[in-house]
Amino acid sequence: MQALTSRAKRVERKPMTLWERLYLPGIAKGMMITFGHIFKRKPTVNYPEKTRPFSPVFRGLQVLNRDEEGRERCTACGLCAVACPAEAITMEAAERLPGEEHLYREEKYAAKYEINMLRCIFCGLCEEACPKDAVYLSETFAPANYTRKGFIYGKDELLIPDPVKQPDEYAKALGARAPRPK
Amino acid sequence: MHPILLAMDWGLLLEKAVLITIIISVSLLVAMYETWGERKIAAVIQDRRGPNRAGPGGLFQPLADGLKLFMKEEIIPTSSSRMLFVLGPGLAMLTAMMTSAVVPWSSHFDLFGRHIELQIADVNIGILYIFGVVSMGVYGIMIGGWASNNKFSLLAAIRGASQIISYELAMGISIIALLMLTGSLSLKTIVEQQQHGVYYVLWQPLGFLIFLVCAFAECNRTPFDLSEAENELNFGYHQEYSSMKLGFYLFAEYVNMFISSAVMATLYWGGYDIPFVNDTAFGQAHGQNLLAILQAVSLFGKVIIFVFFFMWVRWTIPRFRYDQLMRLGWNVLIPLSLVNMLVTGFLILLHQNNWHF
Amino acid sequence: MGITQILFWFLSVLALISAILVVVSKNPVHSVLWLILVFFAISGHYILLNAQFLAIVNLIVYAGAIMVLFLFVFMLMNLNADTEPQKNKWLKIAGVIASGSLLLVLVAALKNADMKSRLAEMGGGNIGLIHNLGLALFNDYVIPFEISSVLFLSAMVGVVVIGKKE
Repeated sequence: MQALTSRAKRVERKPMTLWERLYLPGIAKGMMITFGHIFKRKPTVNYPEKTRPFSPVFRGLQVLNRDEEGRERCTACGLCAVACPAEAITMEAAERLPGEEHLYREEKYAAKYEINMLRCIFCGLCEEACPKDAVYLSETFAPANYTRKGFIYGKDELLIPDPVKQPDEYAKALGARAPRPK
Repeated sequence: MHPILLAMDWGLLLEKAVLITIIISVSLLVAMYETWGERKIAAVIQDRRGPNRAGPGGLFQPLADGLKLFMKEEIIPTSSSRMLFVLGPGLAMLTAMMTSAVVPWSSHFDLFGRHIELQIADVNIGILYIFGVVSMGVYGIMIGGWASNNKFSLLAAIRGASQIISYELAMGISIIALLMLTGSLSLKTIVEQQQHGVYYVLWQPLGFLIFLVCAFAECNRTPFDLSEAENELNFGYHQEYSSMKLGFYLFAEYVNMFISSAVMATLYWGGYDIPFVNDTAFGQAHGQNLLAILQAVSLFGKVIIFVFFFMWVRWTIPRFRYDQLMRLGWNVLIPLSLVNMLVTGFLILLHQNNWHF
Repeated sequence: MGITQILFWFLSVLALISAILVVVSKNPVHSVLWLILVFFAISGHYILLNAQFLAIVNLIVYAGAIMVLFLFVFMLMNLNADTEPQKNKWLKIAGVIASGSLLLVLVAALKNADMKSRLAEMGGGNIGLIHNLGLALFNDYVIPFEISSVLFLSAMVGVVVIGKKE
């Protein structure tokens, strides 16, 4: 019979020799192999204590950014929602009222901004589409949840902490992938 | 007080009661940590880390497991034979614990002006006692498997029982060869003989090998864990069991492993004798009590090596097929042990005749 | 009453009750288990007579091996009380008469036996110890011992021959 691949190996069906039939030498050989594995380096990473670094192109959970004064950058233009191939983003715009200038940078802002993490494919097109550098993909991923509703992230989950009021949390949440001002 | 009560040696009774308590707690503790050790060894052999969350190095894992087993719902199937269903795991545990009665754990203490033997009972049929109890161990499996009223359990129980009684024969014959050398069935005497001479494993290497293989089979350990072959019999004879009754079955296996390691160490590896040390001289130089403690430690060291060996084998060798198992038992081990017995007898006779025919 | 006597009565009662339960139990598996208890009680008696070897061999051979085979058969045959066929009335009467006569013969035989002088010495005798037993078997009773072993051998060969037949 012609072998289908060049790597095909014929199975030997010779009767076992006495040495093989004794069985004990075979066992001893196997035992030595497993014994050797006791001293091998373990490839396991102790996960919660140690994490493997993400690759620099990793795209994780979206973050809604603020500017240096802590004002939301998003103007609810809807470009990200249009760009989204998975249609995961919905938003509702609202007009900034007088006296809210310290909260929102532009006259229009997103009153509701939701990303369905079950739909999101983390392609990063929203980040590319955003003209205001308001949304970008961070280095974490969406944690597990009990309900489908829990995966629809609203502004309270997505918005970064205020850099003026909570500078430490802001720095931590910002991460290495945040768009830097040129 | 009644004369009978006065006539009894209350000191001895107290001594034995304390000893029994200690030995049972130690066996249980060792069995607990055997489960931990088994997981750790399985892990390192498979290049994993093993349990490391509960306590430092996962040391509290057995406690967590025990707690889990106790908390689980206790289910007794309605169509099972209720009394026997409960009796099964109890019997398995009882027979596992009973074997420890004749094993000499160390020489003796001299405390409070008393000569305290570290052996529960030095009966003159020590080895046979172990045999008797081990052969009772079959009932734990059989009763449990039958009472579950489940075909898989029944098949597993019958497999397990036939395996145990088949390998008991080879084990018995391999021990007979040893007994021809010792001339005594008392484990204490056997250890003392080895203290003055060499370990019997040197005289009986084949006998030891047969005994070792049979001990694996008696403990239902891989490669002989046919009675819990999950790919053929779901979960084996304890399939219907839950909660601590299941725990008892699993635990009995580990206690059995501990005790059979102790018996192997006692019969073939000098028992509590400290290797490369003249025990009597050491006892006279440093006191009997220190010697007794060191001897117990020495026995424990041997036992731990054996237990490690049990686990090492388990994570190396795949399970036998049933016909292979039976062929190994009846066609290989029994003739081999018979030959071993005949050769031993021949050599002993020759030796007694000063090497003349 | 000493400890030995208390144990003796306890074991005797245990043995008799279990023996009755062997006969009375509807379920054959239960019967076998009661029978094992009988063996245990008898082994206890052996120990009281200082015959430790006999006691343990009784346990190993009967309770540990033969009864396991019994259990095998019963478990595999799945005998239940309702599958047991009703016996003929005449058979029952014949059984009662036969066993009654046997009891009569036994009682008569034991009544005339000289029991008083042959009472076993509790814990005193040492013929049951393995050393003495071995000496007795291989000195005084070599021929019967060997003949019985040949009998066993022939039984074994017979079983193998029957088993090998295709």
